[in-house]
Amino acid sequence: MSGRVLVGVKRVIDYAVKIRVKPDNSGVVTDGVKHSMNPFCEIAVEEAVKLKEKKLIKEVVAVSCGPQQAQETIRTALAMGADRGIHVEVTGKDYDTLGPLQVSKILAALAKKEEAQLVILGKQAIDDDCNQTGQMTAALLDWPQGTFASEVALENDKVKVVREIDGGLETIKISTPAVLTADLRLNTPRYATLPNIMKAKKKKIANVKPADLGVELTSRMLGKYRGVTGKRKERATQQSRVEEWTILPNIHRTIL
Amino acid sequence: MWLGRTCSAPGRLLLLPRCGSQRRNLTAGISASAAAVDGALSAFRSICGDEGVSLGEAVREQHGRDESVHRCRPPDVVVFPRCVEEVSALAKICYKHNFPIIPFGTGTGLEGGVGALRGGVCFSLRNIDQILDLHPEDFDVTVEPAVTRKTLNAYLRDTGLWFPVDPGADASLCGMAATSASGTNAVRYGTMRENVINLEVVLADGTVVHTAGRGRRPRKTSAGYNLTNLFVGSEGTLGIITKTTLRLYGIPEATVSAVCSFSSVQAAVDSTVQILQAGVPIARIEFLDDVMVDACNRFSSLSYPVMPTLFLEFHGSERSLEEQVNITEEITQSNEGSDFQWARDAETRGRLWRARHDAWYAAQALRPGCKAYSTDVCVPLSRLPQIIVETKEDLMESRLTGPIAGHVGDGNFHCLMVVDPSDPDELHRVHLFTERLARRALAMDGTCTGEHGVGLGKRRLLCEELGPSGIQAMQKLKNALDPKSLMNPGKILLQGES
Repeated sequence: MSGRVLVGVKRVIDYAVKIRVKPDNSGVVTDGVKHSMNPFCEIAVEEAVKLKEKKLIKEVVAVSCGPQQAQETIRTALAMGADRGIHVEVTGKDYDTLGPLQVSKILAALAKKEEAQLVILGKQAIDDDCNQTGQMTAALLDWPQGTFASEVALENDKVKVVREIDGGLETIKISTPAVLTADLRLNTPRYATLPNIMKAKKKKIANVKPADLGVELTSRMLGKYRGVTGKRKERATQQSRVEEWTILPNIHRTIL
Repeated sequence: MWLGRTCSAPGRLLLLPRCGSQRRNLTAGISASAAAVDGALSAFRSICGDEGVSLGEAVREQHGRDESVHRCRPPDVVVFPRCVEEVSALAKICYKHNFPIIPFGTGTGLEGGVGALRGGVCFSLRNIDQILDLHPEDFDVTVEPAVTRKTLNAYLRDTGLWFPVDPGADASLCGMAATSASGTNAVRYGTMRENVINLEVVLADGTVVHTAGRGRRPRKTSAGYNLTNLFVGSEGTLGIITKTTLRLYGIPEATVSAVCSFSSVQAAVDSTVQILQAGVPIARIEFLDDVMVDACNRFSSLSYPVMPTLFLEFHGSERSLEEQVNITEEITQSNEGSDFQWARDAETRGRLWRARHDAWYAAQALRPGCKAYSTDVCVPLSRLPQIIVETKEDLMESRLTGPIAGHVGDGNFHCLMVVDPSDPDELHRVHLFTERLARRALAMDGTCTGEHGVGLGKRRLLCEELGPSGIQAMQKLKNALDPKSLMNPGKILLQGES
């Protein structure tokens, strides 16, 4: 096995920030707002680095999709102990409509290219709460998945995963290569210390475009409205009260 | 001290009805004509908005108490300014009408500092809540009053920096500046006095002062009088702090915790003194006496040996940690300390320290239904063994429950007095004990308050500590900056209560 682990990290609005909706209800205010690594992604990075420290794997590669600022998030992962980074450039309209389906296609392509033994992701992002990327990535790769992991143990070429489920805990054993998604209780992520932040500046981040990976970014979902429901006095039509997403019919055929 | 003092102000609280006639109550509390008060209230509302001014009884009571044993003394009105300009405008109105001004951060103080002894206007600063101007390369950040210590450290986590002053509570940083707070890390990182670089302060007449100059943040300065440190620890009696610029530190690369028990208090405290004299840059060194350890064992279901115990924490790089720990272990062993219980990873360290963190609750759990009051003396290190030993003897002779926990690295320790509030004899004995303790510390070249501040209860002791000329100098400064004596009356200095 390659001993390489791919960790996906997403740049999101910091969990402590008070979210404000844009006046035109097209989205939330992101300009000048503090962003940081999605907390579940931090847990994923921590788990990968722990595996490396236990000498069970050899290399941790941090991946993020987004504009230039995504590199800050990759640097944080590097400061936590990842070895190198991959920045998949997605900007402008493509970034606005970037969702789990496109990200999982990107991650699947990278996992194959890097010959990853494991792909570890956070279970969901705190901005969209989709909880889909890990599962879709596994499906695209046709790899087993251990989601909502609260414990991970590598045993030769298998992974024992204790999953948090509605009824309690479920233990599964899956073979590698596999996709894991981190849940809250998997570990407590370390703080990046100054010396490690300095060292991280010297680690490499490769730049890649989605087209290089053969991934097409066009979104098949149309966001109709994103904002506050029922509060504003000028709310005239009934339609605008409800958050609507129109899904075009051919998405169904495309995934399969 | 708090126990001996009865309220000399009229029983204003009892006169306040639950609804209506609130304007009349404001008049009763503050001597001003009804029209003047009405004018002031509507001026307040025009500055802060209607939601920014509250006369509600529950809101006022919430702003009249902190986490001390002093009883609630609510203000007559609470205002909620949203920026320093509003604070200044509100202060101007109070100055014109001679209303007392009481700044309020998080209400987590331990000395009754927010009690409105003469009524007046409480300035609740909870809406001024931004973290401004972080400069990671310069290790400084500026924060507004509603920003608490934990909020700041969460914000800083990606930068590799932190603000180490940790008084326990999740207190407002500007409030910590106002009380010159300290904490378990002071032995290595200092207290607020060493870590506040600049302040923005609003005086009683509305003047806004930048104590080191607007926006300035040099690491050191010798420019003029040290205004910044004049306001640090002034407990709201000189001005309202609306911004503080803080010194930040690198998050330690690695941390190791250890616990070691000793056969006697003397041995534990001697070890502390020797560790510091050996130059070990220890990060935390906390002492728990046998009564405290016993309480913690019961409360947290632990099984530490019931003996005087030291909790130690070391910060540094891997290599420097090894050296620090080796030297320390040699010292404790030479004082016949037990073997170290070690911890490196965060979870085990957390478990090791749980005893110390839960000390306050563990002490109270010793006698359910009782109240807890913490003493706070601080003496030069070399006198520490003597004062702790004498204090424990005093506790036993007075038949009082007072487990000891302390930041012995600073020569500072707290007796967590657990007292039955319905037993006047016990209350009296506690009162006398705490006075004896403070005087014992003063006799050993120490102070009556290492970290909690003077507030309401230690004003007489402050006079003893400083002597007449010291107190006179303080009074002159107070008169110069607050000639009408409006800022937080009745705190620190004895005048200003009536």
